[in-house]
Amino acid sequence: MFRYANPTRFMALTSVLLPWTIALTVVSFAAGLYGGLFTAPPDYQQGETVRIMFVHVPAAWMAMAAYSFMALASLVAIVWKHPLADVAAKSAAPIGACFTFLALVTGSLWGKPMWGAWWVWDARLTSMLILFFLYLGYIAIWQTIEEPIRAGRIAAILAMVGFINIPIIKFSVEWWNSLHQSASIIKVGGPSIHISILWPLLVMITAYTLLFAVLLMLSMRSEVLKRRIRSIRIAKVEGFG
Amino acid sequence: MNEFMAVLRRDIKLAAAQGGGLGMAIGFFLIVVSLIPFGVGPDLNLLARVAPGILWIALLLSVLLSLDRLFQADYEDGSLEHLVVGRAPLEFIIVAKVLAHWITTGVPLIMATPILGFFLNLEPDAFGILVLTMLIGTPALNFVGAAGAALTVGIRRGGLLLSLIVLPLYVPILVFGVSAVQSSMLGPDGSMQTMMILAAFTLASAALAPIAAAAALRANLR
Repeated sequence: MFRYANPTRFMALTSVLLPWTIALTVVSFAAGLYGGLFTAPPDYQQGETVRIMFVHVPAAWMAMAAYSFMALASLVAIVWKHPLADVAAKSAAPIGACFTFLALVTGSLWGKPMWGAWWVWDARLTSMLILFFLYLGYIAIWQTIEEPIRAGRIAAILAMVGFINIPIIKFSVEWWNSLHQSASIIKVGGPSIHISILWPLLVMITAYTLLFAVLLMLSMRSEVLKRRIRSIRIAKVEGFG
Repeated sequence: MNEFMAVLRRDIKLAAAQGGGLGMAIGFFLIVVSLIPFGVGPDLNLLARVAPGILWIALLLSVLLSLDRLFQADYEDGSLEHLVVGRAPLEFIIVAKVLAHWITTGVPLIMATPILGFFLNLEPDAFGILVLTMLIGTPALNFVGAAGAALTVGIRRGGLLLSLIVLPLYVPILVFGVSAVQSSMLGPDGSMQTMMILAAFTLASAALAPIAAAAALRANLR
């Protein structure tokens, strides 16, 4: 972990890794989308609309994974003061928020033919919405506090507080939902998923994860460069440049 | 323990001397609740059905509004720095401050709730249980809110940021607070379970939030 704490080494490593990861992402998206849109059979109840699943489920999965990544990076940043963990957590937040937004939008598009409404206060949709709000709060901290070290510590504490709360929120939303709403949700796929649906789904999850890695590396690289520019400017102002 | 009591007494005295903040919080609570019938119509049955939820949400917003006073004044006059570098553990001091804040704003707000219950045609049986759930649940609002207030202390336009951070974290408390009242309307012992979960939230937030708040204060005062 500490071998790559040096930003210069990180920049060198990612410039080698990036083209390969981008190529892998494109290939797995092509394979996953082909499998999901053409080879997977339509659902016997939902028909062709079930194909939204191949873009929806991986997005929802990545929304959670990105937040976990962010919380873990924040923990590393607070405990070991790892200089890149800070950058990683900051860069992961907008990407995770986008995945959450994508999951909400595709969920809503899927909900229209299934539930007859764009938005249903279903437990999963609701906890996704609150996850989205948590992301917004985290991003707002970075935007409000100008000094990066202080912003990093404050944001890291918030990310961890949020991470502890996610299971509690999920639990309470499920409780609330079972209390208020009569269940009218069609279960997707049933208990076991057929292999012809499962493989495109797994490939799509891989593709989304790779996409996250690509975007994260790009975003971290630009953040490292931004900080370099900032410190060069400060040095110039102070007369050391 | 001396420091704990000293901070507790000081904050209560300050709040009593200033007075204005509490009056405003109660006024806000009153106005928000009175706006509801204008929005949803004066149908008494409908109002009775949504009353527990409305009262909880209005209380939650009133607590939120009072949160920025928790650390801001001490931050501005510099006494917060003394508390941070002082002998007593900061987590301990924060518990004292939150407790004082709860006594001076949370408790009076809860005491005002039954009056507002009449406005919303709340069922007579539900009054006691509503006040009880609020007494059990509101300390959690204050503790979680303290962590948010500590994160945003000293930030310009921190109030808006504070609500963005804190409100999503209030969802579980709201859910269980309201459902305890509603299940008591259905049967006599239906609310025990939800009440226990609400108490668990309060205890857990009292244990964990001061740690986060102390870390945030140290980071902000560096």
